[in-house]
Amino acid sequence: MEPLVRGKRMHKYFNRLDLGITQLMVLLIIPIAVFLFSFAIGRYGIPLPELLATLYNHYFSPGAAGASNLDTVVFNIRLPRITVAMLVGAALSIAGAAYQGMFKNPLVSPDILGASAGAGFGACLTIFLSQSIYVVQASAFAFGLIAVLLAVLINEHLDYDPTLGLVLGGILISTLFSSGTGAIKYFADSNDKLPEITFWLMGSLASVDKRDIESILLPMLIGFSALYLVRWKLNVLAFGEDEARTLGINTRRLRWIVIIGSTLITAAAVSVCGIVGWIGLVVPHLARAMVGPNYRVLLPVSGILGASYLLLVDDMARCLASVEVPLGILTALLGVPFFILIFKNSVRGWK
Amino acid sequence: MLEIRGISFGYPSHQVIQNASFTMYGGEFLCVLGPNGCGKTTLLKNILGLLSPSSGSILIGGEDIQSWSLTRRAQIMAYIPQAHVPPFPFKVIDVVLTGRTAYLARMGVPGEEDVRIAEDSLAELNISYLKDRIYTKISGGERQLVLIARALAQQPQILIMDEPTANLDFGREHQVLEHLRDLSGKGMSILMVTHDPDQAFYCAHRVVLMKDGGLLDVGIPGDVITEDSMFSMYAIRARIGGIKVSENKTVEVCVPVPKTIDNVASS
Repeated sequence: MEPLVRGKRMHKYFNRLDLGITQLMVLLIIPIAVFLFSFAIGRYGIPLPELLATLYNHYFSPGAAGASNLDTVVFNIRLPRITVAMLVGAALSIAGAAYQGMFKNPLVSPDILGASAGAGFGACLTIFLSQSIYVVQASAFAFGLIAVLLAVLINEHLDYDPTLGLVLGGILISTLFSSGTGAIKYFADSNDKLPEITFWLMGSLASVDKRDIESILLPMLIGFSALYLVRWKLNVLAFGEDEARTLGINTRRLRWIVIIGSTLITAAAVSVCGIVGWIGLVVPHLARAMVGPNYRVLLPVSGILGASYLLLVDDMARCLASVEVPLGILTALLGVPFFILIFKNSVRGWK
Repeated sequence: MLEIRGISFGYPSHQVIQNASFTMYGGEFLCVLGPNGCGKTTLLKNILGLLSPSSGSILIGGEDIQSWSLTRRAQIMAYIPQAHVPPFPFKVIDVVLTGRTAYLARMGVPGEEDVRIAEDSLAELNISYLKDRIYTKISGGERQLVLIARALAQQPQILIMDEPTANLDFGREHQVLEHLRDLSGKGMSILMVTHDPDQAFYCAHRVVLMKDGGLLDVGIPGDVITEDSMFSMYAIRARIGGIKVSENKTVEVCVPVPKTIDNVASS
């Protein structure tokens, strides 16, 4: 009797999650598998048994661990890079999913309001001025926020349809900052500054270290929580401004929450790894094709899939060639066929 | 129940509604009838709180609703828009569940009780079979019924709708109207905007006639929808007559008079 009742309750819970048990297992296994796989490959591959031994030594016999070469690779190089890749992948996918709902448009990506263009400008400016990597990151983050703020301000003064006005503001601001970036590239020293700027703009996780995790953790946590808390209301917003209001939603406040949340995580992501396109566009569609459009489930699933996807792409960036391939190039290269595939097979993905 | 007291609404360039006043009683089916552009949709938007009237007030149960929060409004008034296709393929039950939004904790998601209410709403309209279907892939008439179910899930005192049967064919239009009559029979107050006098005849207890932002007349459909008032609103000549549909039920209909008959008659 007892297990039957519990089984029924479990079943009910999955029903409410709108997820089958197979889907749930897949969603749990994929990120873990990719996580372990990412240690095992690369120039300094760490097979699973060795990885477990290193982890064990690190936490349970600290004396022996400190000296080990493996310990350094795991904790100072591989783990930070994997963590940041997963955070950035989740961030861009969740922000993309949230924006697609808010703008009622499945072709929107997280940089629609100019966050990437602003961050790119901020980074280029400080690279041009020969600042340290930390200043570059801080500047990228700050300019990402400034760009979105300007786009929102333009919308406030337009007195236009609020979502269309935001898109318009985003396009204007993106163009403005992109031309600023262009100008900096034009004046940059073509022997050292220009390659550095170009490489930054193409995105990479090669220089990520432990401090990067610390610097992006806070804005990401705030952004993730904000979006997660409004996940149900995002469904309602997808029906349009008037309907959402008559259903009791303060759409203006909700838009602010979504914009602030998405911008915090996007700017934080771009600040550590440069501009990585396509993820925020493709992954939400993949997630939607898997679990449907309900944001209660879609938002966390987008995060899980985005984290796994970017980590895999970063593995490719590390291993494909003797030098690192820029992330932005890979995500775009993979994104296009992936996108066509999703659209071709997607039944529930997009009307 | 719902009292509109001298409301006006306008843009700097032109006035859309001028000093409109009428009262809707509890349990009443009230139609707002008027030609396109007469301000009836604007009137609805003022009532729903999507627009704020420049003067006048709207009272529900004697209370001015101007200061009400969106949540409170949503618990009292449910809006049924024309069915349209959202960009994402939500399941029907999820669409109906959005009607529970006003009852959720600020950052909450619907719980079991909300699901039960949503299922009851679907059952009330006999469309439980749609529950797990994809909203974007059902017919227009079914979508409209789902939106009515969503409105019922709001557990409102008043249903407010703007041409809910636009874009529906003759059969589906009357299925929807029949459901509305049914709800009205169970005591729901319904305010419906329409441009079709036959709909007003078919289901309204009383009708408000609008023209150029002002009220032309308010009363029982048989009294106020006349050949004169039709000409005044729509600038066409029409004949109104009753058709006996059963032993003791006659439905009034309004039929436009074709111009050619006059020509033939006069020549």
